[in-house]
Amino acid sequence: MRWIWIDRFEAFESGSRAVTIKNVTLAEDHLHDHVPGFPVMPASLMIEGMAQTAGILVGEARHFSEKVILAKVKRASFVRLVRPGDQVRYEAHIDQLTDSAAATSGRITVGGELVGEVEIVFSHIDQNMSGLEFPEENFVFTPQFMALLQTHRQQAGERIAL
Amino acid sequence: MPAIPREEIFEKVRHTLVEALSVEEDEVTENATLTGDLGAESIDFLDIVFRLEKAFGIKIPQEELIPRDILSNPDYVADRKLNAKGLAALKQHMPHADLNAFESDPDIDKISDVFTVGTIVNFVQGKLAAS
Repeated sequence: MRWIWIDRFEAFESGSRAVTIKNVTLAEDHLHDHVPGFPVMPASLMIEGMAQTAGILVGEARHFSEKVILAKVKRASFVRLVRPGDQVRYEAHIDQLTDSAAATSGRITVGGELVGEVEIVFSHIDQNMSGLEFPEENFVFTPQFMALLQTHRQQAGERIAL
Repeated sequence: MPAIPREEIFEKVRHTLVEALSVEEDEVTENATLTGDLGAESIDFLDIVFRLEKAFGIKIPQEELIPRDILSNPDYVADRKLNAKGLAALKQHMPHADLNAFESDPDIDKISDVFTVGTIVNFVQGKLAAS
């Protein structure tokens, strides 16, 4: 299993907004295990999907020079179930961005209907964890995540080297 | 612009802390410490700073609230305690904080005790007066 909870970027506006989609299928084990006999997409994994969308948005805003980690889920509320066959849309916005952290807010929808809202604070860990050492390489943004963004940019005709 | 009364700033700070730390309103008193009494972790400070910036329309550089450069300066720290020079620098940098108790045992691991609700209110009041 690959820990990638978004399938594709639909829109990317550097430093401000990103939209991704995730197609939910019965082939995924987690759908069956969450509520046995009633396959639904777990809300926790939708928070992860939003965190990946917003996290890449925050990372790109500083040219991936920072290791961006989820510090805190400020708020998460869900009002609708997500079932197999649904296409989930994550729309993330950067509300505040500093050298050490970022605050984002986002909406999760299916077919235009609100599924939930998630607000997240991210930390640039090298700026915040004084005394702790982290590997030189940016282990947060793996090649798999980079490929998602690169694919979007190539489709948008902006061939930018990452 | 007329100065916002301290009581009004306190109420806004209280609301911010209730939201950020999921504590009860009556727990947020002037003397409550953010980490000891209200259970804030270091990561919560990032959230609190963002919320205060939004609530009051101010900018809070991290160094202004928590002067890490003083606490990590080898000229100021020995055996994880601030020396007299370090304390003087800290006082100058943190006029919003009551450092009396910290001064008697200037262990840098106890700096978080300095951050009471009142400290935050004073800090915001100072920022608003300067803006």
